[in-house]
Amino acid sequence: MGSEPIKAVRVLVPSGMLGAGWDHATIERGIALGADVISIDAGSTDSGPYYLGSATAKTTAKAVARDLRSLLRAASGAGIPVVVGSCGTSGTDSGVDWVAGIAAEVMAQEGLDLKVARIYSEQNAAALKEHLDAGRIHPLPPLGPLRAETLESCAHIVGAMGHEPIVAALRAGAQVVLAGRATDTAVAAAYPLMHGMPAGPTWHAAKIVECGGQCTDNPRAGGVLATIDAGGFTIEPLDPAVSCTPISVAAHLLYENANPFEMREPGGTLDVRDARYTAVDGRTVRVEGSRFHVADQYTIKLEGARITGYETMSFTAIRDPLILAEIDTWADLMRTMIRQRVGQTLGLADDEYAFDLRLYGHNAVLDDLEPEAGPPREVGAMLLVNAPDQPTATAIAKVANPLMLHLPTPSMDYLPSLAFPFSPAEVERGAAYEFTLNHVVDCADPMSLFRIEMGENADV
Amino acid sequence: MSEITLADLAHEVRSKNAGPFWVTLELFLRDADGYRIAADESFLNERVIAELYRVEESTVQVFRIPSLNVVKISFPRPVSQGSIRDRDMHAGQHHVPLARLPVKRPNG
Repeated sequence: MGSEPIKAVRVLVPSGMLGAGWDHATIERGIALGADVISIDAGSTDSGPYYLGSATAKTTAKAVARDLRSLLRAASGAGIPVVVGSCGTSGTDSGVDWVAGIAAEVMAQEGLDLKVARIYSEQNAAALKEHLDAGRIHPLPPLGPLRAETLESCAHIVGAMGHEPIVAALRAGAQVVLAGRATDTAVAAAYPLMHGMPAGPTWHAAKIVECGGQCTDNPRAGGVLATIDAGGFTIEPLDPAVSCTPISVAAHLLYENANPFEMREPGGTLDVRDARYTAVDGRTVRVEGSRFHVADQYTIKLEGARITGYETMSFTAIRDPLILAEIDTWADLMRTMIRQRVGQTLGLADDEYAFDLRLYGHNAVLDDLEPEAGPPREVGAMLLVNAPDQPTATAIAKVANPLMLHLPTPSMDYLPSLAFPFSPAEVERGAAYEFTLNHVVDCADPMSLFRIEMGENADV
Repeated sequence: MSEITLADLAHEVRSKNAGPFWVTLELFLRDADGYRIAADESFLNERVIAELYRVEESTVQVFRIPSLNVVKISFPRPVSQGSIRDRDMHAGQHHVPLARLPVKRPNG
């Protein structure tokens, strides 16, 4: 790269998620269009607290390896960097090492020699307690003030980094940056910001591309290319048969975002109130007028998950019209009977465990928000039990089993036999988790909560 | 005559998590006429959403975006994500009560 100022930076985003797969031809097309960097998110909180709590990935190693092979080959051939954010779904340190291990294997197989940076984002409770005591941790709605015990109860805590650690890794010569938890946007924003592109268009473009093809008229068709310059950005899909329209691009800022006009990043707030979206041609959109307001205080958002217990699931199915005609009554009786039988046989009080009986085909999804009434044709009755340990959860499900097989409605004078799809009827789900943190920590230095290590090999 | 619902005026009604602690719902109306109906504060407002989703009215945020013919609604997730009471991990099916909200005919 020469010393002349760069006029535009082209960011290639192949997909919304590393491991989701894409057609390699779309990457080649993006390279041919002049991509300067490939950026991709590998994580999310969208699938719940399990992945952070257990420090495991939602994606499978084979799919991650396949996608990394496609990326590393293309990037190496073009001499451009690859930035991966929120490695291992939740961005724990082991998630970064997991992706680094897969990347090392792929590079060995492909004969590639790329300089890899790993950025760790995991936080320890003791260090965060010092921030808490110093008044540097603040809640985001709807959560209240943080208590030290909450920090201690977490299985894992990560901080969502901004672009600065990624920029630092790139400046240190990394050709592949494997970041722990990062804001979805920081992954795509880092390279353009490093090359002096303006913050408003850069963060806006980064938000628009974070889900790959979601901002196009065919979200299934793969990636996009964003070109950021001094005045704004343009965006086009990598599949020639697919289009971006002013509406499809503008609408993406709504996605998974509570406020459609603003988005907070560690260093400030993206403001798209005055953004203008115009069609450049049938499939490319130009966006201008995006602004970024630098915050008085730099903050890093924390995510934490803790174990709530252990779950066992059991599932039976009902087709008998007599039961279906009184399905709510039957379910209420089931709940009462389960509590009674668990008390009698296991000696557990109601507050020593929890269960949820869900009637799939009746109201399982929306529960008491369900607006429809009327008799269903068949209903799957799922019993989900949560107890302090796995054997207790399974014992409760086993006590419930005769009821799940034979419980009649109050008006029936015989025992029906319901349809179990499998036996044993109990499925152990292991630990269950909940998110505990929705707080930010004030940081004087954007790097202070993160650690960069160079070298492709995981320490394990 | 069957009732007209918001879904009939929209080409998409969707819901999704906005982070682990918020649900967001979006009505993409077909045209400006549909938008005018859905964006009418006397018809669709924080109180209506609070009743429909049994959440605190003060926590409901309604955004009206005429340039996109979109009405967007956000509120804190009433059920903790991944908890034993959570039946919709991604909040992907929570649009339905909103979608089937009956709409008064413009001149009816």
